[in-house]
Amino acid sequence: MTEETIVKSTEGKLAAKDYATDQDVRWCPGCGDYSILKQVQSVFAELQLDRDETVFISGIGCSSRFPYYMNTYGMHSIHGRAPAFASGLRSINPDLNVWVITGDGDSMSIGGNHFIHMLRRNFNMNVLLFNNQIYGLTKGQYSPTSEQGKVTKSSPIGSLDHPFNPLALALGADSTFIARSMDRDPKHMRALLLRAEQHHGTSLVEIYQNCNIFNDGAFFTFTEKETKGDTVLYIEQGKPLVFGANNDKGIKLDGFKPVIVDLKDNSANDLWIHDETDRVKASILTRFFDDPAKEGALPRPFGVFYVEQRDNYEDALIAQLNKSIEIKGSGNLDALLRGNNTWEIK
Amino acid sequence: MTAVKEIKEVVTILFAGDSGDGIQLTGGQFTDTAALMGNDISTFPNFPAEIRAPIGTVAGVSGFQINFGSVEIFTPGDQCDVLVVMNAAALKVNLKNLKKGGVIIANISGFDKRNLRLAKMDEEYTIQDDKKLEGYKIHEVDVSKVTRETLKDSGMGTKSVERSKNMFVLGFLYWMYDRSLESTITFIESKFKGKQDLIDTNIQVLKAGYNYGETCEAFPTQVEVKPADIEKGVYRNIIGNEAAAIGLIAAAKKSGLELFYGTYPITPASDILHTLSKHKNFGVKTYQAEDEIAAICSAMGASYGGALGITASSGPGIALKGEAIGLAVSLELPLVIINVQRGGPSTGLPTKTEQSDLLQVMYGRNGEAPVPIIAAQSPTDCFDAAYEACRIAIEHVTPVFFLSDGYIANGSEPWKVLKGEDLPSITATFAPERKEEDAPFLPYSRNEKLARPWAIPGTKGLAHRIGGIEKENLTGNISYDPDNHELMTKLRQAKVDKIADFIPEQQLDNGNEGDKLLVLSWGSTYGVVKTAVKELREEGKSLAHAHVRYMNPLPKNLGALLSKFDKVLMPEMNNGQFVKIIRDKFLVPAIPYNKVQGLPFFTHELKDKITEVLNAK
Ligand SMILES: Cc1ncc(C[n+]2csc(CCOP(=O)(O)OP(=O)(O)O)c2C)c(N)n1
Ligand code: SF4
Ligand SMILES: [Mg+2]
Repeated sequence: MTEETIVKSTEGKLAAKDYATDQDVRWCPGCGDYSILKQVQSVFAELQLDRDETVFISGIGCSSRFPYYMNTYGMHSIHGRAPAFASGLRSINPDLNVWVITGDGDSMSIGGNHFIHMLRRNFNMNVLLFNNQIYGLTKGQYSPTSEQGKVTKSSPIGSLDHPFNPLALALGADSTFIARSMDRDPKHMRALLLRAEQHHGTSLVEIYQNCNIFNDGAFFTFTEKETKGDTVLYIEQGKPLVFGANNDKGIKLDGFKPVIVDLKDNSANDLWIHDETDRVKASILTRFFDDPAKEGALPRPFGVFYVEQRDNYEDALIAQLNKSIEIKGSGNLDALLRGNNTWEIK
Repeated sequence: MTAVKEIKEVVTILFAGDSGDGIQLTGGQFTDTAALMGNDISTFPNFPAEIRAPIGTVAGVSGFQINFGSVEIFTPGDQCDVLVVMNAAALKVNLKNLKKGGVIIANISGFDKRNLRLAKMDEEYTIQDDKKLEGYKIHEVDVSKVTRETLKDSGMGTKSVERSKNMFVLGFLYWMYDRSLESTITFIESKFKGKQDLIDTNIQVLKAGYNYGETCEAFPTQVEVKPADIEKGVYRNIIGNEAAAIGLIAAAKKSGLELFYGTYPITPASDILHTLSKHKNFGVKTYQAEDEIAAICSAMGASYGGALGITASSGPGIALKGEAIGLAVSLELPLVIINVQRGGPSTGLPTKTEQSDLLQVMYGRNGEAPVPIIAAQSPTDCFDAAYEACRIAIEHVTPVFFLSDGYIANGSEPWKVLKGEDLPSITATFAPERKEEDAPFLPYSRNEKLARPWAIPGTKGLAHRIGGIEKENLTGNISYDPDNHELMTKLRQAKVDKIADFIPEQQLDNGNEGDKLLVLSWGSTYGVVKTAVKELREEGKSLAHAHVRYMNPLPKNLGALLSKFDKVLMPEMNNGQFVKIIRDKFLVPAIPYNKVQGLPFFTHELKDKITEVLNAK
């Protein structure tokens, strides 16, 4: 690169604010969605992603308003169906950078079916699941990720539903990239978004998001200084599973059973070393889903749980068309109209 | 012995038996041969709902009716001249479909105790003793036995032998109607390519059937049906669903768009998927989604990306797509939604036909959500109607419904072969790139058709957001403004109404303005109404026929045309749906005539009704 071109590219460089639209952001003040929007815009600036080559597709919910605030192409579709729109779009134009934005109600309830099918097909796109464990837009009913016994407007004496564990569900659906982050740790979220963007396949990032109006503090045990030390386990490739306010605790595998050990008595070398490519371990890790208030609860992991390289649907689709053209030749309309069996009336 | 030849203008044959008896294949072969011999034809298969309904039972009876002639044919015929039954259940079910005094060809190996039991008939039943069959010409053959004998030296197992018995029947009918075996022999050779033993045995049995006709004395006369006086040219036979599929591919080719077909299997629409998925070398992308909702949403995602997005289903699936269709109306993207109707409500009669989803596609959405509708009138018209639906979707940037039904979707007729260059052009226009210094992009501005720009992601300078929330006129930004909402509602309606300027005016198919009665039809009843009106006019009655293909918007002159008639009669295979729309739009006292049996009208029923209406004061 010559000096001149470097100057030019810095000059024409897009800042995070260039990815924002002129529309007023309408989330409640203090909503965790703001932080996610900010990190996405900052990642876009860091990677200098092309606004005209990017599409955000969402369902319905507070979180699904997201596309209106990104200065890219965007579609605010219908409740739960964003994965299906994105799948059709990727099938037609695999050059586009497609992001699906969804909420816990949008993806786990009405759109549960599309969610699992999207994952198994493995289209190359990023999916951000804004999990606030509540229906925000409809003003505070319990959601499929709300804890059992949740008291809300629609469950005044407690909800009866056993909650979904979205990442375990995703692994069950053969997702090829599974990660978790939180609105109140922007640095962590940013790193994960960068990883997600690099993965070739459907990258699922669940983000714990505070709804300060209808479910305030749902994740405070994981996000606030006083408690997070003992409840949060940051997982990193190749690193032992260490946590605790003073990094004094670790996780060991006893057969398939994870156990918490004190690092005073154990060397870090004996701990579970995180391996993102290990499906069996990932399935144990996604099951670290204890109620943090419970005695001896396993800490909640944050980071990339699992990564797998598998063919994308859209690549396979195009390869199949090309193969068919190779074998049969490019379709001839006149021959098609004529068919194989004709007769002539003279 | 050389039989005497009797000449007939029109013959209707109904093949009936177990689904496993190869009825559809036998009928299909007879059809191809009739076509090759220059007859005009129309066919109607009638399937049981269950794929493997219990063998030998009434529920398992499959039928295939063919009407062929040396005159023009518009329907598969009412009652048949010849009923071929492979077992007792088939006779029990279909005797009512045979003309008084007609011919029955019965495979008596299908009338043994076991089969009689399965058909819930008296185990002592015999055809000879059946009083109800008096007056019919009956010919019994033990098809299983003669097929077995024919193949006794072939070394074939009993199963293979049983399976080829339909060839015996086909061969016999070929003799009866003086047909050539050639086309079926070619078919057998290609179907069993590489399996010489099967080729040999099937041809052997086919010929045995033919020779049996020649040597047995039961039918002293052969019937000859001369070629019809059809417009010169090269023809092929085509089934409605296949025609629709080809119409979609042709529209994609002519418009230069990629075809994306998102669907979820359902009878009777699935054959469109089957046909399209065979033609991937046309760049056709078929996507079998997880459900009907994902199917339409994926198709809309594809349209958004600049493809010709298409989705198809039948009534139950269209119900599931309703919310997404509303979004398509609001997003104003091109989309073709195919509804191959069947009997409803709910699962209804999956393998039978009905026209009862018209009001569903016309009104079945929340909010004011107008969608243009085109209805096919015959198997071959499925091509033209599908092509036209694509043209309107692309050029007017709107979702469009294409309505077909089980009757024309599975029925077939000869089709004069077209060339790609004969088809009308379809122009797809994408919004052009925009430079920084250009005026801001307005995604909800409109052209002379009131269509908005089709701005596909990836286009430089056009990044914009769309969604299901009401949009501000021009900018497309979210707007809750009351006046704006009313304006947008009116604009969306006006855009659909505007299509009337780009479609042909309504013509009379037969008769003249001022005739006493107009029979107004739509969809698959075309052939039977045409036949009934033609026959009644030949009897000197004063009546006309108009057939509507553009259901929404209606042709601009339709109201004026209706006012030229004292009476308007509207036959429909539903409880009266189009008649509601016509009465509502034009305030004419149209008379409904309805049949909701999962079956098409018969010509004679229709003639009786028309006569009754003509004679009434
Ligand atoms: C078909 C349909 N049913 C119901 C609704 C009402 N609705 C809108 S958003 C929503 C739940 C949203 O919850 P979630 O996905 O968690 O998003 P959040 O608002 O919490 O971000 C519901 C039930 C709708 N818009 N469409
Ligand atoms: S209701 Fe909750 S989720 Fe929705 S914007 Fe307000 S704080 Fe955010
Ligand atoms: Mg939520």
